[in-house]
Amino acid sequence: MKIIVCMKQVPDTNEVKLDPVTGTLIRDGIPSIINHDDKAGLEAALCLKDQFGAHVTVLTMGPPQADKALREALAMGADRAILLTDRRFAGADTWATSLTLASAIRKMDYDLIIAGRQAIDGDTAQVGPQIAEKLSIPQVSYVEDLEVEAGQASIIVKRIFEEGYHRIRVKFPCLITTLAEMNTPRYMSVGGIMAAYNEKQVETWTLDQLDMNPDHAGLKGSPTKVRKSFTKAPKAPGKKFNTEPDAAARLILDALKERFIVE
Amino acid sequence: MNFSLSKEHEMLRELYRSFTVQEVKPLAEEIDEEERFPVETVEKLARYGFMGIPFPKELGGSGAGNLAYAMAVEELSKACGTTGVIVSAHTSLCAAPIYEFGTEAQKLKYLPPLAKGEKIGAFGLTEANAGTDASAQQTKAVLQGDHYVLNGSKIFITNAGHADTYIVMAMTDKAAGTRGISAFIVERGFPGFSIGKKEKKMGIRGSSTCELIFENCIVPKENLLGKEGQGFKIAMKTLDGGRIGIAAQALGIAQGAIDETVKYVKERKQFNRPISAFQNTQFELAGMQTKVDAARLLVYRAATLKEAGASYATEAAMAKLYASEVAMEVTTKAVQLHGGYGYTREYGIERMMRDAKITEIYEGTSEVQKMVISSAMLK
Repeated sequence: MKIIVCMKQVPDTNEVKLDPVTGTLIRDGIPSIINHDDKAGLEAALCLKDQFGAHVTVLTMGPPQADKALREALAMGADRAILLTDRRFAGADTWATSLTLASAIRKMDYDLIIAGRQAIDGDTAQVGPQIAEKLSIPQVSYVEDLEVEAGQASIIVKRIFEEGYHRIRVKFPCLITTLAEMNTPRYMSVGGIMAAYNEKQVETWTLDQLDMNPDHAGLKGSPTKVRKSFTKAPKAPGKKFNTEPDAAARLILDALKERFIVE
Repeated sequence: MNFSLSKEHEMLRELYRSFTVQEVKPLAEEIDEEERFPVETVEKLARYGFMGIPFPKELGGSGAGNLAYAMAVEELSKACGTTGVIVSAHTSLCAAPIYEFGTEAQKLKYLPPLAKGEKIGAFGLTEANAGTDASAQQTKAVLQGDHYVLNGSKIFITNAGHADTYIVMAMTDKAAGTRGISAFIVERGFPGFSIGKKEKKMGIRGSSTCELIFENCIVPKENLLGKEGQGFKIAMKTLDGGRIGIAAQALGIAQGAIDETVKYVKERKQFNRPISAFQNTQFELAGMQTKVDAARLLVYRAATLKEAGASYATEAAMAKLYASEVAMEVTTKAVQLHGGYGYTREYGIERMMRDAKITEIYEGTSEVQKMVISSAMLK
């Protein structure tokens, strides 16, 4: 079984701050981590490696510093790491990003592609599904659990949505997007860290190594144009009532009905 | 001279920190209170390669070297001195002498399970009447055919109650003095070997410190470590390495106490100000951190020298002397800065002060370290 895990290195914060002047993310002084949903996907892949001896490749597009996120994945147990890095990839929206990742994936063998649901710094949840579209393979998003079927030609996944979940059987090759709630990722191991720096390598691929139209990469290839980024202004203060719990519950219920949140 | 860590050491530190925060810190208070050996933590330490950090991968280790090992003990000890010493005694005092003095057969048999953490190691030198004067060994070993027969007892043995493999010193030739001491690899379950009384201690209360009892204990001849008469030398060399571990433990306890204190003084208000706004607090913290940084440099120097295969005994003694005294001083000040709350068990600071004290005593008291350092100066 061959698995490719798509990851993104993101700033370690749930409150991404924007520069009010330039509208870009403020990354200074914020350590970088593997995006939580992606790390859960990596853990899922490593569990399949433990169970079935799957070969796990981690793939990311990012600046040269993303090397560290890939080394971390290697230190957790991934077998191969590929960094797509090129100045011409910079400024990519989800369309250009997924095209670039899909172009890299086309050069490899795979049964299963795992991507995190969404990145904490972008929150689009578009890249995983777009990769599947571009590769013309089936996809299941919002996966919280998976099991490989006998014969290792398909998986059954639990797909979470607002009102419940689906159990879906999907044949390889396919792509799933995973939720951070899926598992608790393992730590790196001491020996794994040593191997990540001394035995294994992070392969670096540039645009020239991909079979794609260079005009479709990065900012130039991105149909999305960001007009303005801004930090939301704080909300107006709520109303405060000092009253008994029964009366308070009624007040809350009325307020929710007023806004059609409950019937 | 380069004071920056390599990328792998930086990443190791990240691992050690997140492991400590998530796995070690939540248990620290409980295992101290209940004097309970943290079996579940040791299993996790084993899974992630913490029990054989400096040993080669071919022998089950992590192949990460002595600096990486010292850093691990430091980070674990920031939250829990007990966890730090479990790893230190296991690695430095049991696995290391087998690695450094064992035959190929001994290494292949004993090192992989120790380095993988499947088995836990301990070291028996101290006796009721042989502490700093370690040469006054009364435990005897007599060769009878294909085995030695050991009689006697050891006290204050770290990890004893949970260990599987023990390095034990015993007299094979009383007349030869220190040159009559030999080292043995003893397994739990050898006939005539039992674990005696468990000590009730002031600090590191989760570590299992017990007596080892040998009553006509049968140890196969091939379990002699080194040659007959080399035991004292093996013990002293082993302790040289062990001191790096204990120095790292002291360093971690001290830094852990500072980290807690920095948080506390920013929150605690008196006279309408956080107590961090008072110059006394600021100057105390500055002095504490400067000393801890100095201790860290000594510890890392000793670890780096050992890693390079250079002589390091004096530097290890300096690291242990200084780091342990700094740990005692810093934790005492940390309790003072916490005031009455620091004296309660609520904040864990008094535990750090209790844990710090032992670092001035075991694996050679501060006085022994001064003997080692000065004898190198005056020879």
